[in-house]
Amino acid sequence: MDRHPRTETRGGDAAAGSGIDAPGTASTAEHVVETMTMAAALNRALADALAEDERVLVFGEDVGALGGVFRITDGLTARFGERRCFDTPLAESGIVGTAVGMAMNGLIPVVEMQFDAFALPAFEQVVSHVAKLGNRTRGDVRMPMVIRIPFGGGIGGVEHHCDSSEAYYAHTPGLTVVSPSNPQDAYSLLRAAIASPDPVIFMEPKKLYWSKGVVDTSITADLRRASVVREGSDVTLISYGPSVAVALEAAEALAAEGRSAQVVDVRTLTPFDDETVSNAVRGTGRAVVIAEAPGFASVASEIQARVFEQCFEVLEAPVRRVTGFDTPFASPKFEHWYLPDVDRVLDAVDSLHWEG
Amino acid sequence: MSTPDTSLLPRDTPVQLIDEHGTATPDPDYALPSAERLQQAYASLVNGRRINDQCNALVRQGRLAVYPSSNGQEACQVAAALALAEGDWLFPTYRDSVSVIARGVAPEDAMVLLRGDWHSGYNPHAFGVAPQSTPLATQLLHAVGFAHAAMLRGEPTVVLAMCGDGATSEGDFHEAMNFAAVFKLPVVFFVQNNEFAISVPLSRQTAAPSLAHKAIGYGMPGRRVDGNDVAALLAVLQEAVDRGRRGDGPTLVEAHTYRMLAHTNADDDTRYRERDEVQAWVARDPLSRVRTYLRAEELLDDAAEAAMTEEAEGIAAELRAAMNADPELDPQELFAHVFAERPASLEAQWELLHDEIERTEAGA
Ligand SMILES: Cc1ncc(C[n+]2csc(CCOP(=O)(O)OP(=O)(O)O)c2C)c(N)n1
Repeated sequence: MDRHPRTETRGGDAAAGSGIDAPGTASTAEHVVETMTMAAALNRALADALAEDERVLVFGEDVGALGGVFRITDGLTARFGERRCFDTPLAESGIVGTAVGMAMNGLIPVVEMQFDAFALPAFEQVVSHVAKLGNRTRGDVRMPMVIRIPFGGGIGGVEHHCDSSEAYYAHTPGLTVVSPSNPQDAYSLLRAAIASPDPVIFMEPKKLYWSKGVVDTSITADLRRASVVREGSDVTLISYGPSVAVALEAAEALAAEGRSAQVVDVRTLTPFDDETVSNAVRGTGRAVVIAEAPGFASVASEIQARVFEQCFEVLEAPVRRVTGFDTPFASPKFEHWYLPDVDRVLDAVDSLHWEG
Repeated sequence: MSTPDTSLLPRDTPVQLIDEHGTATPDPDYALPSAERLQQAYASLVNGRRINDQCNALVRQGRLAVYPSSNGQEACQVAAALALAEGDWLFPTYRDSVSVIARGVAPEDAMVLLRGDWHSGYNPHAFGVAPQSTPLATQLLHAVGFAHAAMLRGEPTVVLAMCGDGATSEGDFHEAMNFAAVFKLPVVFFVQNNEFAISVPLSRQTAAPSLAHKAIGYGMPGRRVDGNDVAALLAVLQEAVDRGRRGDGPTLVEAHTYRMLAHTNADDDTRYRERDEVQAWVARDPLSRVRTYLRAEELLDDAAEAAMTEEAEGIAAELRAAMNADPELDPQELFAHVFAERPASLEAQWELLHDEIERTEAGA
């Protein structure tokens, strides 16, 4: 954090009477190219957004002095003051519901839900208002806000700490649902999410928080574009968030077996980038979709259906899915049995009618 | 923890400044609003009643899909709008159309939701009126967030958020009260206690001595007011608005009133309440008492009354005309506002509908 230049924090003094100014009055964040964890990349994205736009606010449970239970907001209150990054009462509907009012009144709230399951008390606000207000008012009231939700398993968390809730949000028209799979995307996608005029549900894969990669803060991301993260010609592995790492690992293993696997990182689950995904599958004729969430009525099902509809004539085999079981998320001792792994991906690839 | 400040507690009986017989009843804490303000309020009441009656008729004629009427609650509706200054914001519910209109929204634009044309028919920023909220108590949090943003932006906005007695049982009511008190925000929570949440009586919503008593639990003042006395409502709401504007934080105001009609036209209130009970409230009508007062004080003459009636009839006639005309609606608007910019994934569905419309029009 100390590599950042100190910005003048207008909102810094809780007692100060000065208001939050329009954008453009704040400083530009320093450009860095650095190896960092996804957690640090998210932290930097929040800090840079706070520095560059006075309308941006960060709030939630334990995001102030503690810096969030995953430390994503570490140091933000110290740097930007209580008015820009603050703890709220412990009430998720309250956090999201007040964010709605703030967005109506010209601010850009970036709120943190502590864990996926604990975002559920806010579900009514998300579905009934966050997602619909722009439509309800024919665009007179837009909802620029980001709801950050740590999600997914792989950290040995006990019940209610490892759920994958993306399908609930992705099913709701009006929401943009995003999940990064690496530190660079974590930075660029979160910046794009904060800059979006539409509300964004930002699903952060918990198990990747401490994964490292180079982040160039000058790289921007298009919120409506998937990305091909590995080229290949025999089969397309489609995934997002925590499962991209599994897909990439499977692609390595397939390469050793002489099969060339392409990997697509969906990045934005909705609105869905059919063009990138379908073009990718048209190049290989085979596809496997990989995601942690239970497979029934899931984002993976939706991707599978879309690929079938749009690529049927080039498909050499049915599109397969490798997903979590249709059970509540496993206890820590069973987690490794539950989560889609490389072997399951390889088995799915093996089943794709390779004869001839 | 300090001992609770008992000055936060509401009085045992609701504040009243003009009684059921139209007689002024002096109060040690609240002055009677000025003659001019009462005249203005009465004119607004006449309009509000006429709008309610007209909308009920429009439902019967099939011109509105539904109308949750505020018949009997017009004093609350009018006072909520009058207590706010320009630049302030109102967060209304489905039942608060008269308030929305009293804030300046054209009646036909306020009816867009209930006519079924779209989900809201006015630009909230143009009037300082949020879209009418259907999910109970959710709008209270929006009001609190709006006030929080205003405070952070250094703006003097006061926000008045409305809800019914049933809504006070919802979690969002409590979260909103708590957030507002913790952050000391300029919010007036205005509960219209009309005794019923559809069919469920107040006794099933709370065991508290009054809804206003809930305020002390959050560290804000609770006030009880006669909800059919527009003078008392103006005085109590003004106090709450002023308190918010001074930076002293939120207030909970409970107005005791009564829903004279069924919940909506789709409801049958004979299943859950006695006619005698409804009849008893006719005597407490919010229009007649202030009218009696104004007439007795010679603040309202025949000419003024005639002018008011004429204005109200004009509003009703305009509304009727607007509702009897079939508006041009574009089904493709379904896709227009979901996102700020229509995504490629909606393009195909937009085109599908476009083709269907063309074929329908060609066939017609
Ligand atoms: C969250 C939610 N639950 C249920 C409903 C259905 N509903 C609409 S109005 C109503 C009664 C509300 O009563 P109250 O808050 O007292 O307001 P009133 O209708 O009397 O003005 C109910 C149950 C709803 N709109 N929202």
